[in-house]
Amino acid sequence: MDTSQYLEIFIDESKEHLQAMNEHLLQLEKDPENLSIVNEVFRSAHTLKGMSATMGYEDLANLTHKLENVLDAIRNQQISVTLDIMDTVFSSVDDLEAMVEDISAGGEGKRNVEAIVQKLLVIEQGEAAAALDVLDKPAGETILHYDEFERTVIDQSKEQGFSCVEINVSLRADCVLKAARVFMVFEVLEKCGEVIKTVPSSEQLEEEKFDETFTVTLITKETAADLQEKVKKVSEVEQVNVTEVGSLDEPEQHQPATEAVVQAAEVSVPAAIEQPKQPEAKKEEDKPKNAVSNKTIRVNIERLDILMNLFEELVIDRGRLESISSELNHTELNETVERMSRISGDLQNIILNMRMVPVETVFNRFPKLVRQLSRDLNKQIHLDIIGAETELDRTVIDEIGDPLVHLIRNAGDHGIEMPEDRLAKGKPAEGTIKLKAYHSGNHVFIEIEDDGAGINKDRVLKKALDKGIVTQEQSLGMTDRQIFELIMASGFSTAEVISDLSGRGVGLDVVKTTIESLGGSITIDSVEGSGSIFSIQLPLTLSIISVMLVEVEKEKYAVPLSSIIETAIVKKEEVLNAHNQQVIDFRGKVVPLLFLKDIFSVPHQEEDDRFYSIVIVRKGDKMAGLVVDSFIGQQEVVLKSLGNYLSSVFAISGATILGDGQVALIVDCNALIK
Amino acid sequence: MSEVTASAVKVIAFQLVDKEYALPVEQVYSIEKLMHITRVPGTVPFVKGVINLRGVVTPIIDLRSRFGLSDERVDDSTRIIIAALDDMEVGLIVDGANDVLDIPTDAIEPQPEVVGSLGDEYITGVAKLDKRLLIMLSLQKIFN
Repeated sequence: MDTSQYLEIFIDESKEHLQAMNEHLLQLEKDPENLSIVNEVFRSAHTLKGMSATMGYEDLANLTHKLENVLDAIRNQQISVTLDIMDTVFSSVDDLEAMVEDISAGGEGKRNVEAIVQKLLVIEQGEAAAALDVLDKPAGETILHYDEFERTVIDQSKEQGFSCVEINVSLRADCVLKAARVFMVFEVLEKCGEVIKTVPSSEQLEEEKFDETFTVTLITKETAADLQEKVKKVSEVEQVNVTEVGSLDEPEQHQPATEAVVQAAEVSVPAAIEQPKQPEAKKEEDKPKNAVSNKTIRVNIERLDILMNLFEELVIDRGRLESISSELNHTELNETVERMSRISGDLQNIILNMRMVPVETVFNRFPKLVRQLSRDLNKQIHLDIIGAETELDRTVIDEIGDPLVHLIRNAGDHGIEMPEDRLAKGKPAEGTIKLKAYHSGNHVFIEIEDDGAGINKDRVLKKALDKGIVTQEQSLGMTDRQIFELIMASGFSTAEVISDLSGRGVGLDVVKTTIESLGGSITIDSVEGSGSIFSIQLPLTLSIISVMLVEVEKEKYAVPLSSIIETAIVKKEEVLNAHNQQVIDFRGKVVPLLFLKDIFSVPHQEEDDRFYSIVIVRKGDKMAGLVVDSFIGQQEVVLKSLGNYLSSVFAISGATILGDGQVALIVDCNALIK
Repeated sequence: MSEVTASAVKVIAFQLVDKEYALPVEQVYSIEKLMHITRVPGTVPFVKGVINLRGVVTPIIDLRSRFGLSDERVDDSTRIIIAALDDMEVGLIVDGANDVLDIPTDAIEPQPEVVGSLGDEYITGVAKLDKRLLIMLSLQKIFN
């Protein structure tokens, strides 16, 4: 079957199910007694198994199946949830994730899962082993055990005059097509009655995953001897034992399961069987979940991108129309253009909103990360997530995952202390990492706060001096914040012991560059002894931004409004000189002046102007004044890249197309302010 | 493909100062008239800037200064050839784009030892077609 057309859906849904499994497993760990959670996990695993088997990903299906067996045993209270078991289950989910990742990257979804499968089997069987002797009961007694539902079916059929038999079939050791024989046996049995249970499960029988014998429970009106005769007629069957199933009143708890109890829903014995609907019974126990479900449709992200591109064209034309109508000064045209601008403004909001994704999609993998982190580091860490519903543009979401992972690891590794140290300091043994996201203006802030050791200022400074990141002179005038930011300089690592997690000194500067490349910034606040806060400021969207257009000689530049504090016109006499640097006194602060003319080496004629037009921009709490020739005005523009050929140009973050069809360059204020 | 295409390459021929050059037609997206170029500061001198090519910001290379030829001279026949290599789209300023030609592969010879002042690293071969001499260019080398 050609399944390629379903691949995308498969990948999407698999990821959703894996995420659901992760979330529920974390819940389960906190609340091991709650079996309804296990049911949720089981359901996800089961769907995943079905899907991957249909799509032909054997390894995926196989591992999920083993996982399902363990979950089933937990659900049937044959295994109690322990930390070890949870670890194994989590790591098998990790493996599943890796396989799905591989598939979505175009791979085969193959992965060596022997070790983990072995572990799962050990869990599954280890618990059952204790009860093995019960299994080896002498023939003639009930060999199989039945769950409540199956017992009901058996009891009811007995009331209606049927008898229930267990048929133990042994195939010859040299049997080649075991599955075919099984099929033939089933065909015979189907004619005589109804198969309600098989051991091993029907799927395993189909896949020939059994030795020579298997057992079938049949509800029939035929006699045992007749059945034996009929089954024996199938070639290569060596031995057939038929046992009547007696009263089934025995309590369930001492019934072991080497094999997971086969769910009615998943039994698909070759011959069609009228299966009782167990899922219904299962549903009743479920708490109503997802009661609030929004009506949504899945839209391919590519289509949204195309829509966005088309809209960007529209924004460019809107700019052109606006400039034409203001030139013509025709009342009716003006009105129409104005209305069109308003409508397209609304449209812009809607389209941008459609691309907004809650940060939850990034945050939801962190609880597991922190769990792993605390296990690896032997620390007790609690993760608090606040504001997971905060929305961000998809393009930003795609990029911030890795930086956040790094910051969280960093907080766990370097921030949170060992439990005994914490207790000694009078803090609770369990450390807290708080992950908080919120909107403010045109920005989204994400804060990673820990209540750990904080940053040792002197040690950071000493290290930075040792490594030559700053000079002695530079270090004297540095604020606390500037010192903390040194830990994000490349080639810096304060960890005395290099751990597996962080501390290779390559991470934090990468974090910083990634965030800055997204047009964001990161600041660090820390109080030694009581913790640190890393706060990341990100733009809401990357594609349409508000800019201030300025003119330098004949060239037009766009300065992002987000970095502008205000504009000013200053008399030349007011410009002061501070060692090689022209500065102005702006509202009591000394602001250095940057002449865009010189920075961008604009060809210019000498012209004497008594005033400077200045755009005051900021980066963090540092400011600078960009000297331009004139201000043109404020405009919404579409951010475009300069193309792959000109990938990195100093102090230019991109380009935009103006209303007159010309290209204007966007000034990167972050690069201008050191 | 037919035999004709197997033994011939289709090229766009263009004029630069006094010589004719050629680029394989698959590498050429379009030919544009000269339009407003926005200078991009801090780039190599032969990058003239960027243009708005139907909504796509496209960088422009001046082939004259790339090849170290005489200063630019703009007239009515000046054209921008939009060429693409891998995922890079770049415009090349030329003195005039005049022809689409089929060059038989056997007419293409390796670059002779000395051809004018142009460094031979940009050249993949020379094609002789009747009385015309076409210099085949390598985009890869021009872009670098």
